[in-house]
Amino acid sequence: MNKLMIELHDVSKIYQVGGQEVRALDQASLTVREGEFVSIVGPSGSGKTTMMNIIGCLDVADSGQYILDGLPIDRYSDRELAAIRNRKIGFVFQGFNLLSRLTAEANVELPLIYQRLAMGDRKKLVNEALQRVDLYDRRKHKPQELSGGQQQRVAIARALVTRPSLLLADEPTGNLDSKTGAEIIELFHELHQSGNTILLITHNPDIAKTASRMVHIFDGKVYEEARA
Amino acid sequence: MIFQSIRMAFDSITANKIRSFLTMLGIIIGVIALVVLVSLVSSASDSVTEQVSTLGTDLLTTMVFDDKGHPLKLADLDQLKSNPAIGQAAPLVQTLVTARHGYTEEPATLYGTLPSYGEIHHWQMRQGRFLKTSDIDNSSYVVVLSLEAADKFFGQSDPLNETMMLNGRPFTVVGVLEEDTSLMSVMTTSVKIYTPFTVLTRMSGVRGGISNFIVTPSNPRSMDEAEEALTSFLMRRLKEDDSAFFIFNQSNLMSVVGMVTDMLSYLLGGIAAISLLVGGIGIMNIMLVSVTERTKEIGIRKAVGAARGSILFQFLIEALVISLMGCAIGIVLSFGLLRVATLIAGGLIAFRLSLGIVLIAMGFAVIIGVLFGIYPAYKAAGKHPIEALRYEG
Repeated sequence: MNKLMIELHDVSKIYQVGGQEVRALDQASLTVREGEFVSIVGPSGSGKTTMMNIIGCLDVADSGQYILDGLPIDRYSDRELAAIRNRKIGFVFQGFNLLSRLTAEANVELPLIYQRLAMGDRKKLVNEALQRVDLYDRRKHKPQELSGGQQQRVAIARALVTRPSLLLADEPTGNLDSKTGAEIIELFHELHQSGNTILLITHNPDIAKTASRMVHIFDGKVYEEARA
Repeated sequence: MIFQSIRMAFDSITANKIRSFLTMLGIIIGVIALVVLVSLVSSASDSVTEQVSTLGTDLLTTMVFDDKGHPLKLADLDQLKSNPAIGQAAPLVQTLVTARHGYTEEPATLYGTLPSYGEIHHWQMRQGRFLKTSDIDNSSYVVVLSLEAADKFFGQSDPLNETMMLNGRPFTVVGVLEEDTSLMSVMTTSVKIYTPFTVLTRMSGVRGGISNFIVTPSNPRSMDEAEEALTSFLMRRLKEDDSAFFIFNQSNLMSVVGMVTDMLSYLLGGIAAISLLVGGIGIMNIMLVSVTERTKEIGIRKAVGAARGSILFQFLIEALVISLMGCAIGIVLSFGLLRVATLIAGGLIAFRLSLGIVLIAMGFAVIIGVLFGIYPAYKAAGKHPIEALRYEG
């Protein structure tokens, strides 16, 4: 058995919306091992984005325990969480979230800048990541000069460049046509093959099914589907 | 990290060139106002000070209004000179005379003095010599002309050893002074003729001894001691009446000039500093807009691992870079403007960039960048990553 990457124990998150309590996550528990490719499916409003934010250390749970790669996340300061996001997690968003002013390589370089790596080291890692997503020859282009699929591949390169423990993808194909979306999913499968741990959030059951494990989320609760 | 932040700052400044330039314009105008105004005042002040110092700062000009029935004589000045604090003492008695040479007849100012008067003023001779001690002792009827006087009476011909008539008496010309370009000479009549003190006192119309003389200290650094010695000498001589005489100290004039120009510098500098402050408010305004516009960017940066401090630093550096770039452009333009002002002044005053005020302007730019950048930067740093990521501008 590989080591545990994600451990969520009875995690709850409550929002106040217009004076009413909304239980976005209700005692949700989930464990993911290193090297797994897990998809999380659920309708909108089910709490999957909240779960993704907590797993991604962008938000902290109100109750329950979250351990990422052995680190008890609820015990860290804002500054330490930033460092954990930087080193442990690679985000891939639905809307790509690239900085439009920067070239592809500068976008990929961004997480490394916050690691304060030397220029030469950054350059090497950026080139590797861009080659991994097959966009090395387009590294000088700005996001608006790239197609949607290419932009998402730049975003994946940015997520990969720090060699994170976990790739966290939130609807990565949501803004792409089905053919391009399939290429992106194929890329995730390749990354999984080469040892990355991937958590894919989607509302598309066809995409979710391609993962090695599928988790349903509904009304803030987690339902696991046992598969062979 | 600093280098990276500066690069990021330049990226975002160049991404919005016109807006960045307009923001900088406030700082540019403020810096120009500060640097140019203060440099103008300090250059003008230097020029005035220089003019005043050509009159001799180590000089005590003394006027006696009431000699208490005992006119001051040369012997009195000799007695004064015996004081170790006093260097030279030279009388200057003047009278208006009618001077004639050939067919030229003009009124002129005739000064009676001693050789030391010329030494004190470091006068240079164009021709001949200045008065000599033997001229005084023998009461020789000799005169030294100012260059203007020589021009007026002799034109192109050589005045040396010529005879000219002053109030009907013949005098021999023994020397011509170099042109006097000092500020004081421009303000007074230029037809000046110098003759031995003893000759002038003998001429009709000049009675009552020395009422006007100049004194130098034995050491230029001991002006105060010299002034004290002179005062106590005159007090003793003039029956302890301190209103019977007046001592004018050139260095006092200098310090008054200095005070006035300093005050002017502070006043104009203060007004210019207000315009810099307004420029700073412009920076804050644009930085606040920029922080809102770039909410998504802040969210992305936070998601990939930027801590609050990194975001704060980035926006602060951006405000600082705008402020300092504005400052640099302002200083360069100020330099150009001062060169133009020097050209317009026609060489009368050389307007120089005052290094002190350049440093002050740079210090101001840093303070303004930080002061007006810190709040927007703090706002940027405080944004929650999830909400920032969700922001759609």
